[in-house]
Amino acid sequence: MIKLPETVEQTVVNILRLANTKLPSDVGWALEAAAAWETDGRASAQLGAILDNVKKAELLGRPMCQDTGIPIFYVKGKIPPSIRQDIAAGVRRATAEIPLRPNTVDPLTRENSGDNLGEGMPIVHFIPTEDAYTEISVMVKGAGSENMTRLGMLNPSDGAAGIEKFVADSVLDAGGKPCPPGVIGVGIGGTAEECLLMAKAAAMSSSENPDPVLRKMEEDLFVRINGSGLGPMGLGGGATVLAVKIRKACCHTASLPVAVSVGCWATRRASARMTGDRVEYSQEADV
Amino acid sequence: MRFIRSPLSREDAASLTLGSVVSLSGPIVTARDEAHMRALEHLREGKAVPECLYGSVLFHCGPIMARDGDGWKAIAAGPTTSARMNSMEPEMIRRFGIRAIIGKGGMSREVCAAMKECGCVYLAATGGAAVSIAESLPKVLGAEWEDLGMAEAVWKFEADRMGPLIVAIDANGDSLYERVSESLVRI
Ligand code: SF4
Repeated sequence: MIKLPETVEQTVVNILRLANTKLPSDVGWALEAAAAWETDGRASAQLGAILDNVKKAELLGRPMCQDTGIPIFYVKGKIPPSIRQDIAAGVRRATAEIPLRPNTVDPLTRENSGDNLGEGMPIVHFIPTEDAYTEISVMVKGAGSENMTRLGMLNPSDGAAGIEKFVADSVLDAGGKPCPPGVIGVGIGGTAEECLLMAKAAAMSSSENPDPVLRKMEEDLFVRINGSGLGPMGLGGGATVLAVKIRKACCHTASLPVAVSVGCWATRRASARMTGDRVEYSQEADV
Repeated sequence: MRFIRSPLSREDAASLTLGSVVSLSGPIVTARDEAHMRALEHLREGKAVPECLYGSVLFHCGPIMARDGDGWKAIAAGPTTSARMNSMEPEMIRRFGIRAIIGKGGMSREVCAAMKECGCVYLAATGGAAVSIAESLPKVLGAEWEDLGMAEAVWKFEADRMGPLIVAIDANGDSLYERVSESLVRI
């Protein structure tokens, strides 16, 4: 007997549950490593509390953070025509079932829809390809970190040094508000909106940067920011970022856009690849 | 780690040293943006305000709650970014005699000044440690202003060894966040 594949709606509930209750292994390892290096007592206590919480969340199947954020979806491959409505149905059901916190409000009246839907929601980005599968990835982004996002339209003469300073200052000025240590996504170039999209996608990706120049910049920023002394929750210590991830694109000769998507320790993501008869789940993502 | 019990007296608050780690038991109430706005609005207009806010330990938190029989149960309840309440907190502290605020990320100079004036401390909870904190809030005593929605309502909890909490602003208005930010290495 052929087992019917899960519906898109069910798949969306599943990836939201996975993302919210289980930290991706690369993020978990980065936290464990940070806890092992940390020499400051207060900072160690914070990292210990985070790791303890992550374990409890997975064990109890509960969201690891009460801010279950705004889910950002990416659909890659074959794009079914009804996918947006199906994702919306999944979000509504996940909100009631997992449960997720109803976070979505009208920006002016602040009225809460109660089901994490409403005008412009859910946010879905499309990446059509020739592939036979449909891959849905989700990143869950809380407001504490999202509110620290920065876009800088730098001068071309600011160069690499200016970019690095802008990124480091964005993280340090945010202080303890975005629950450090987190994953920092950076976009360099493009236009203003493309730059922000790159920063977000970079923060979500679990793969190593293929560009050696960017990889070097990521390492330099990692060392520099972790030497600042800001520490977990901004209370002092060594672990301020878990990773810095950078993407770039060409830009106008008179521009140098830089976007910083500040993430928290709860870097939550999951994806599902749907083919004709099966669904494969993973917590790696590359969009 | 020092164990403390709410309600806290002014002396209790003053006895907490900057940077020390504490664990709190006893009643606490949540309030974030909307509850702050409404509380101050009601005071100005002479309308009723929940009794539980007076002399309270105020938790900046918008929890995930689930129905549990007739009552409620906390599923996830980590701190929210306190700085959003900066403009309203000095008046809250003065009018309600708040003794401790639990949150994350710290608060402004003006809030620190009000803390010093009234004898209130700021306790930093581990941001995002929502399940662990929910487990330390085994009893839900009730809710006020539920119409504000799950995240913004005023929830009344009985805490049982909630922590680790770090005394990040003491009753003298000294702030650990300021100390850290003054000594940051910016290359
Ligand atoms: S910044 Fe992240 S970890 Fe902190 S409360 Fe928000 S979502 Fe949770």
